[in-house]
Amino acid sequence: MTAMLEMRNVSKSFAGVQALRDVNFSVQAGQIHALVGENGAGKSTLMKVLSGVYPAGSYEGTIVFEGEERRFRDINDSEALGIIIIHQELALIPLMSIAENIFLSHPPSKFGVIDRDEVYRRTRELLAQVGLRESPDTLITDLGVGKQQLVEIAKALSKRVRMLILDEPTASLNEADSAALLERLMAFREQGIGSILISHKLNEVAKVADHITVLRDGRTVDSIDCHAEPIQEDRIIRSMVNRDMAHRFPERNAKIGEPVLTVENWSVYHPIHPERQVIKNVGFSVKRGEVVGIAGLMGAGRTEFAMSLFGRSWGTAITGTLRLEGRNMALPSVAAAIDAGLAYVTEDRKQLGLILADDVRKNITLASLDQVAPGRVIDDIAELKIASDYRTRMRIRCSDVYQETGQLSGGNQQKVVLSKWLMTDPKVLILDEPTRGIDVGAKYEIYCIINELAEAGRGVVVISSEMPELLGICDRICVMNDGAFVGEFKGAEATQEKIMRAIMRNDRNIGNAAPAAAEMGGSQL
Amino acid sequence: MTDKTVSLPEERRHGSFIKNNLRNYGMLMSLIAIMLFFQVMTGGTLLQPLNLTNLVLQNSYIVIMALGMLLVIVTGHIDLSVGSVAGFVGAVAAVLMVTYKVDYTIAFIACLLLGAAIGAAQGYWVAFFGIPSFIVTLAGMLVFKGLALAVLQGQSLGPFPATFQKLSSGFIPELLPETGTLHPTSMLIGAVLALGLVYASAKGRSREQSHGIEVEPYAFFLGKSILLACAVLYFTYLIASHRGLPNVLVIMTALIALYGFVTRRTVIGRQVYAVGGNAKAAKLSGIKTERLTFLTFVNMGVLAALAGLVFAARLNTATPKAGLGFELDVIAACFIGGASAYGGVGRVGGAVVGAMIMGVMNNGMSILGIGIDYQQVIKGLVLLGAVCIDVYNQRR
Repeated sequence: MTAMLEMRNVSKSFAGVQALRDVNFSVQAGQIHALVGENGAGKSTLMKVLSGVYPAGSYEGTIVFEGEERRFRDINDSEALGIIIIHQELALIPLMSIAENIFLSHPPSKFGVIDRDEVYRRTRELLAQVGLRESPDTLITDLGVGKQQLVEIAKALSKRVRMLILDEPTASLNEADSAALLERLMAFREQGIGSILISHKLNEVAKVADHITVLRDGRTVDSIDCHAEPIQEDRIIRSMVNRDMAHRFPERNAKIGEPVLTVENWSVYHPIHPERQVIKNVGFSVKRGEVVGIAGLMGAGRTEFAMSLFGRSWGTAITGTLRLEGRNMALPSVAAAIDAGLAYVTEDRKQLGLILADDVRKNITLASLDQVAPGRVIDDIAELKIASDYRTRMRIRCSDVYQETGQLSGGNQQKVVLSKWLMTDPKVLILDEPTRGIDVGAKYEIYCIINELAEAGRGVVVISSEMPELLGICDRICVMNDGAFVGEFKGAEATQEKIMRAIMRNDRNIGNAAPAAAEMGGSQL
Repeated sequence: MTDKTVSLPEERRHGSFIKNNLRNYGMLMSLIAIMLFFQVMTGGTLLQPLNLTNLVLQNSYIVIMALGMLLVIVTGHIDLSVGSVAGFVGAVAAVLMVTYKVDYTIAFIACLLLGAAIGAAQGYWVAFFGIPSFIVTLAGMLVFKGLALAVLQGQSLGPFPATFQKLSSGFIPELLPETGTLHPTSMLIGAVLALGLVYASAKGRSREQSHGIEVEPYAFFLGKSILLACAVLYFTYLIASHRGLPNVLVIMTALIALYGFVTRRTVIGRQVYAVGGNAKAAKLSGIKTERLTFLTFVNMGVLAALAGLVFAARLNTATPKAGLGFELDVIAACFIGGASAYGGVGRVGGAVVGAMIMGVMNNGMSILGIGIDYQQVIKGLVLLGAVCIDVYNQRR
């Protein structure tokens, strides 16, 4: 049987970072091909190459689809051939009806006037096909996430589909919805449609996949024919995480003291869906001089947990006790949290961390203006000196402290954010994805800074999706999944396999996944 | 002006210094060019003492409101109601002073408080309820325009007590013996101001130098100081040779200095810019973003009330049409002066220069006899052009 799709020796790099290296990937007609791998392994990049989001010429390698070499200029080219991608964040317009959404770009029409009878007739057909019992008139906003996912699939089917790509389709679905969706996939298989399923849930993959490809660091590391051999979860997990330590980490001599931050029975509800418990009665602690990692997949609730601690800046109905150096703290606002000695370095530097139009100096002093402003009037000389000190100490590469932060590289921007929080002299620093989008050299510098912070007796919490990073710098790693801690390892004992297994096992047991990353949009800010 | 130079070879330092400062002073240079243009075209009428004094009086209320509007725009909002609020407060002032014979000091304070209350009422919806400021203040514009009509029952009301009129039409008292045409007290104040400005910038420069901070090249500093002092002296000379410094110019100058200081040097000023630059980041840095937004609207209300009083005192009567369309001039002044419609960027000096550009153009075109129809067309094109240049500069 010849393959319907063949991607040969695909390589792609972004500004010096190699995202894909010589990836070979093929899908047969009527096959469900699962693509698995860690966050950042290159799954989404590969699918963007396939669908033309990254146009021909911006990558190396060839794509052969239905016997011909294809060079897609954009997503319309691939859609014209029936390659349809359904993204993790749904692209539906909430205040339009199901029918309007399905036929958004190409409604059946006569002389430019939309033929409503035809729209409704075809919508009903499509909804029946995906097994969704809703009126075509229903607004998207009135549907649950699971049903929205089915509308997306119906929308895909309204076009000519030869190959369906689903990016973590069940991440935000409950057990029943997930099962319904997987059944649909199997029905498509009968119709000869090829499917690519990107998923973190190995139990699902095991249930429906005909073939599994494992990506790691942009390479194909394993390829399993599910009909030829039994599926071994351990083998998949090992392939996903086993890698030579490409990064190096600074030496670390931990001197760990008494607990500085202790959280008990911490529970947080979603600000927009107040019935949904996002953080489920968890306990957590950091000691002086300790670096604690929080591992987990996207949407596990790590950022929500951190922000809820930091002056209740995320979530509602927050309950539980928070003790700093043994004293109970309420911390009702960010200002109170900063005063008490907490600092939170956000995951998203540009949106939440920096004022990009302002210069380095203003960004560094923003959270602690009182220190340079006796009587609420800023002493600009004192401010300049402090900012220059941090520039030297943190090795921020900029022309001077008057340079706009928007002009700096990611690594230097991160150092500005770190300087801002160091200036508040925190007892506990929470760093959310501190090295995301930063080159290897700057990463090493950030690790050194983290080490220095711990050595100075501060408690450091690092949230990261890069497991080698956590293994390299943490004294202790807590694993979070679905709003609860599901495992804890000492730095020396932890391995990527153990962490991954803790996450996967837990996912299977609960069956119900964590809230989707898309819903992080519900942040109260 | 703090220096923005780095340790570079002397020549490059001068080059980069000029480049940086051209952007800062671009609008000021446009103002000077426009003034020169009209000075030539009107055959010297523009800078005649009488006309210059009138120019100040005519534009004082726009400048006063532009100070508040700048802060509102910097936080990323807009206030469309300022014209109506100014008109309404003027009407209330007339009713208090003319109809009920309330003492002018009490009426003055009551009107400023009324402005604060109006600002608070509008700011409350914007800051704490998250209703777009465009909508809240559009509603405010209709409400206060209507209330002004209601309070005045559709009639003009005047005249005001003589002391109140002094707010706009008065000049500072002459304390020194008269010397014919020139008013010595005004001239003296101008000279002291010029010296004070030069002294302050010299002191700031040496202070920075003593801390080892790179400062602007000496030649630039000297040239700038001389130009500044000459400009201030020449301006006061012109004003002093008519009737001396108008009271409203003193108020205006004091307010410009105050707001310049608040925006550049105080914690609250810095935080206002942070809110406009990135509200989420500011909030996660412990800044009370809602409260600050609320306060900028309260401040705007007070300044709109003050402008309304100045305008009423100038006309010596409150009319239902007072304040009509002021908001457009005020907003245009801020944008011409380089404020960003996206928030976070804008300078007090810029807004003042923007207001003066509008004022000089109004005045110059009127002297030239250009009809009100084409005046509007030209002003509109200048606004669009100024903002285009700014956007282009930022893209580079």
